[in-house]
Amino acid sequence: MEHFAIWIAAFLTLGIVSFLYKDNAWYKLCEAIFVGISAGYWFVVLFWDNLHGKFWMGKGEDPMLYVGAILGILMLMRLIPKIGWISRWPLAFIVGATAGFYLINYFSSDVMSQVGSTVMPFFSTGYGSGVNASLYDIIGNIVVAVGTFTGLVYFYFSKEHKGAFGATAKVGIFFLMVTFGASFGYTVMSRMSLLIGRVDFLFGDFLGMIVQ
Amino acid sequence: MKRQIPLFITFFVGTLLIFSVFIPPMETWGENFTLFFDIIAVFAFFLGAGNLVRVHVGKLKKRKADWGFSIVTLIGFGFMLFVGLLKIGNPGGIAADVTAPGSWFQEMFNYVINPLQSTMYALLAFFVASASYRAFRAKNREATILLIAAFVILLGRTPLGMLLTAWIPDSLSFFQIPNMAVWIMNSFNLAGQRAILIGISLGVVAMSLRLILGVERTYLGGDDNG
Repeated sequence: MEHFAIWIAAFLTLGIVSFLYKDNAWYKLCEAIFVGISAGYWFVVLFWDNLHGKFWMGKGEDPMLYVGAILGILMLMRLIPKIGWISRWPLAFIVGATAGFYLINYFSSDVMSQVGSTVMPFFSTGYGSGVNASLYDIIGNIVVAVGTFTGLVYFYFSKEHKGAFGATAKVGIFFLMVTFGASFGYTVMSRMSLLIGRVDFLFGDFLGMIVQ
Repeated sequence: MKRQIPLFITFFVGTLLIFSVFIPPMETWGENFTLFFDIIAVFAFFLGAGNLVRVHVGKLKKRKADWGFSIVTLIGFGFMLFVGLLKIGNPGGIAADVTAPGSWFQEMFNYVINPLQSTMYALLAFFVASASYRAFRAKNREATILLIAAFVILLGRTPLGMLLTAWIPDSLSFFQIPNMAVWIMNSFNLAGQRAILIGISLGVVAMSLRLILGVERTYLGGDDNG
């Protein structure tokens, strides 16, 4: 049974890789399988985990869960054109709750804490620890503070980027370009490791040419 | 009425969650609300699944191009529902976890979804390489900086980077490519990421306020929507 499953996996892997040659029927077949199977997979997982696991099992302890279920049913009203407008209610609930939740969370965890981590003494490893940083750390601290400030200046579009402000923004672009380059390098590496994993599967598990 | 009630719900729920942070007994409300989302998400998935079936059945009926692949999609979808909802082929029976090891459902994930998904992402390595060949020509100063940073990070994460600069003495170890890659990640990259993150967060805060106060209403769709 496992051999058959490995053959299926290899067939699907090679089908997707065949797209490198051109769009073809084999690739389309794999794509169609992927869409159907993964939609079914996530539907079933959500059904058992959320509807059964969280709502059905927990409704006795927390009657408020009925509110979620009612809102969910209201969302299905979209299928009936005459009363489709009712489906806006659960949508409004989700949008309102997400907005309220994110407003506070993003402000405290992403704005305040990031600013707090940036505004640090240059010559020490933390507040009140004296001048104890190495040259490596000092340069790093300065680069982080200057880079964050100039990067933010670049993102400020309400003022024309001219004069001293424009020069600061240009320094910001420099930092952002390094960031994009680093992110690109990281992305390529992660994709490469996935590719290595697939090649390892084809030559190892499937063809048996790589002995583990 | 069709628009006023949703606007009121958004305002009420949003304001309630903001104030809940400042009132001790209500502090955990935000987390409780995410439980509602999970339940609503299932119903949203009902809609999504219904739409998938509708689109592909429509394609079949009209014999549109590549209609044969729609049959494959529908069979795959139906098979997963059958196997997953009824827990067919699950060694532990109906009482067991649907993703139990050895179950048909989980094997479909291991041998169909997983290979397809990782190969799709792996394929991007080729497209990224060809795109970077075109985009990475050092046309100006900014592009050159991007190119150098990417090159150092790429080399720094491979054995080749280590090999190329292994001859540099330990006293100058900073100039070894893997160390330079680490330094770029911890200083220049961190600064840029922080600027982007703070910018995004301020944008999220502003957009949240617009939504709660009813200035932003596009999520309600047009008036013709029922």
